Amino acid sequence: MIRTGLPALSTLLTATRRATGVLSTLASTLTAAIVMGFAAPAAAEVEVQWWHSMGGALGEWVNGLAKDFNDSQKEFKVVPTFKGTYDESMTAAIAAFRAGNAPHILQVFEVGTATMMASKGVVVPVGKVMKDAGEKFDPSAYVPAVAGYYTSPKGEMLSLPFNSSTTIFWFNKDAFKAAGIDTARPPTTWPEVALAAAKLKATGHKCPFTTSWETWTQLESFSAWHNVEFATKRNGFNGLDTRLAFNTPLHVRHIENLANMSKQGLFVYKGRGGAGDAPFISGECAMTTGSSAMYANVKRNAKFAFGAATLPYYPDVTGAPQNTIIGGASLWVMSGKKAEEYRAVAAFFSYLSKADVQAKSHQTTGYLPITMAAFEMTEKSGFYKANPGTDIAVNQMIRKTTDKSRGIRLGNFVQIRAIMDEELEQIWAGKKSAKEGLDEAVKRGNEQLERFESANKS
Amino acid sequence: MAPQLAIVSIFFFWPAGQALYQSLLSQDAFGTSVQFVGGENFERLWNDSTYLASFKITAIFSILVSVLGLSSSLLLAVLANRVVAGASVYRSLLIWPYAVAPAIAGVIWLFLFAPSVGVVTHVLREWGLAWNPLLDGNHAMALIVMAAVWKQISYNVLFFLAGLQSIPKSLIEAAAIDGAGPWRRFWTVVFPLLSPTAFFLLVINIIYAFFDTFAVVDAATHGGPGRDTAILVYKVYYDGFKALDLGGSAAQSVILMAIVIGLTVVQFRFIERRVHY
Repeated sequence: MIRTGLPALSTLLTATRRATGVLSTLASTLTAAIVMGFAAPAAAEVEVQWWHSMGGALGEWVNGLAKDFNDSQKEFKVVPTFKGTYDESMTAAIAAFRAGNAPHILQVFEVGTATMMASKGVVVPVGKVMKDAGEKFDPSAYVPAVAGYYTSPKGEMLSLPFNSSTTIFWFNKDAFKAAGIDTARPPTTWPEVALAAAKLKATGHKCPFTTSWETWTQLESFSAWHNVEFATKRNGFNGLDTRLAFNTPLHVRHIENLANMSKQGLFVYKGRGGAGDAPFISGECAMTTGSSAMYANVKRNAKFAFGAATLPYYPDVTGAPQNTIIGGASLWVMSGKKAEEYRAVAAFFSYLSKADVQAKSHQTTGYLPITMAAFEMTEKSGFYKANPGTDIAVNQMIRKTTDKSRGIRLGNFVQIRAIMDEELEQIWAGKKSAKEGLDEAVKRGNEQLERFESANKS
Repeated sequence: MAPQLAIVSIFFFWPAGQALYQSLLSQDAFGTSVQFVGGENFERLWNDSTYLASFKITAIFSILVSVLGLSSSLLLAVLANRVVAGASVYRSLLIWPYAVAPAIAGVIWLFLFAPSVGVVTHVLREWGLAWNPLLDGNHAMALIVMAAVWKQISYNVLFFLAGLQSIPKSLIEAAAIDGAGPWRRFWTVVFPLLSPTAFFLLVINIIYAFFDTFAVVDAATHGGPGRDTAILVYKVYYDGFKALDLGGSAAQSVILMAIVIGLTVVQFRFIERRVHY
């Protein structure tokens, strides 16, 4: 879940892109027509389209994967295309699907998972693609917490995990030293976070603690980490009649604590989505909870010594800490394509799942390893020892998951997250109490779940 | 059929008809299951308290944008009209912001007023004002109003300037000879003659505030904090393009269309009477 630190910047890019989008689509259609018209007889390669949302350094990573695959054999060719942010490429794919020219492979972010699963006849399960093509495919080779998220209630793997991250705790070692906090023992519980924040504030720090992806870190992952349900029916895994459950006393207590910290200037709200990343990287905020995939960005841009630690928890809760929840995206195979094109997709997926390819991706991007073999290979190579902090996310994820911690899969999740953002903002602003805000978020979110359920009943 | 009619049909009536049709459907994102649901989308909006609340927000926003936009551009146009040296430079500069895309306008203002890095925020803090549009709804509203007004000023100035220049000098001179001061000359001679332009701009500005401002909101506040800046058209955009709820989004745009048609009719019936052509 790496996104640009400034949401504004991405919106700016969006606007420009939207304007040029029509032209470039036209141009690529023309090019495709020309290529097909003149070069088809000569080219024996089967070409498949891959739409993704990886910009910047991650875009280079994706292009590199496709290039290496294309160079490794002569039969198939994967053509990656950057289609904008996650929601933009999903919207683009939906429009393309309705017009009958969807890509073969589509990268979809985790909140879109339920939508993809519920849309009948839109996708071909990855398991089926691999089986039909005769590729070796063993779902148990994948990290359970990651693969489980993309597996249907019947146990069929629907999409290929591609880039997964999770929520961890980041801190500024220089700021800690200045405030007299031991950098070797960063806070592991929420009371300790509050204590450290108070010490930072006492030494004049303006922003002791902030958070990115507040709904993901403070409610979704928070629930799994404490082994409590975020939503009923195993967080939506067991059916569309799931309802939200994040207004328990534990949730209220946590949000209330944060609201109090906000009042005292210990927690400073920096905006929705990944807006909290930039103030941490610039050094303005000393602690944050955010995506583990922030690693590359922090490493490149932070002008201070930084550390990573596990997500804080409440020590008095039994079962905590459990495991955290993944973010990021997976690769979906769209329906209605030719058999040889599916063979190409299967071959590419096999390539992506190779331990060495996986291990390299994990080490360069900061995303989680997708297969156990890749994790073991990385461990053996001494990477974690050489880069302290990179194993935090992995250790948080490679645990036995429970029914309450496997992940969250809800319909209309995009809207539900916006609702949670809205209600949390009112809590931080002191307009609502933690209980009122969470109750309202549950109520409004449930309306979205009811709608999704009735729209996808058939 | 006249070509104008064909263009209006293709670019207005056809999409409007589509919106009307889709507002009666419920469909999943990919359009694989489409059901006719009649007025269910509208019923749901009616029962949604946050949707009803955004009418009030939209009214406040539109009034602020229209009033501030028209008054400040009238002032600028009158001043620019009096400039003797370098008039074309001034005019070009005034028209400049119109070339900026709404999303970029939002971003520019967001940067100026960003809570941690904004230049203006810094100055406001110096003055003792704790500026924080992330958590203070009034600050956020002020931010999007400023961005939306700034974006539209050029267009307004352009028309006001043209209107001012078409007023015969002799009329103003005659009033001056009769002993009317500049203030009186403006309100009794210039402004009435400018009223057709002002009326036209009022209609255009209200339509602008209702329909064209979602990019500013999306870039600057995302409708937050809470739903304090979630104007109607932003929700149409958000539900349709981010949340992929086409039926609900279409129903909202039908409602929005009805409101704007209603407002335009009201303006033509009641305000136009006071306009001197």
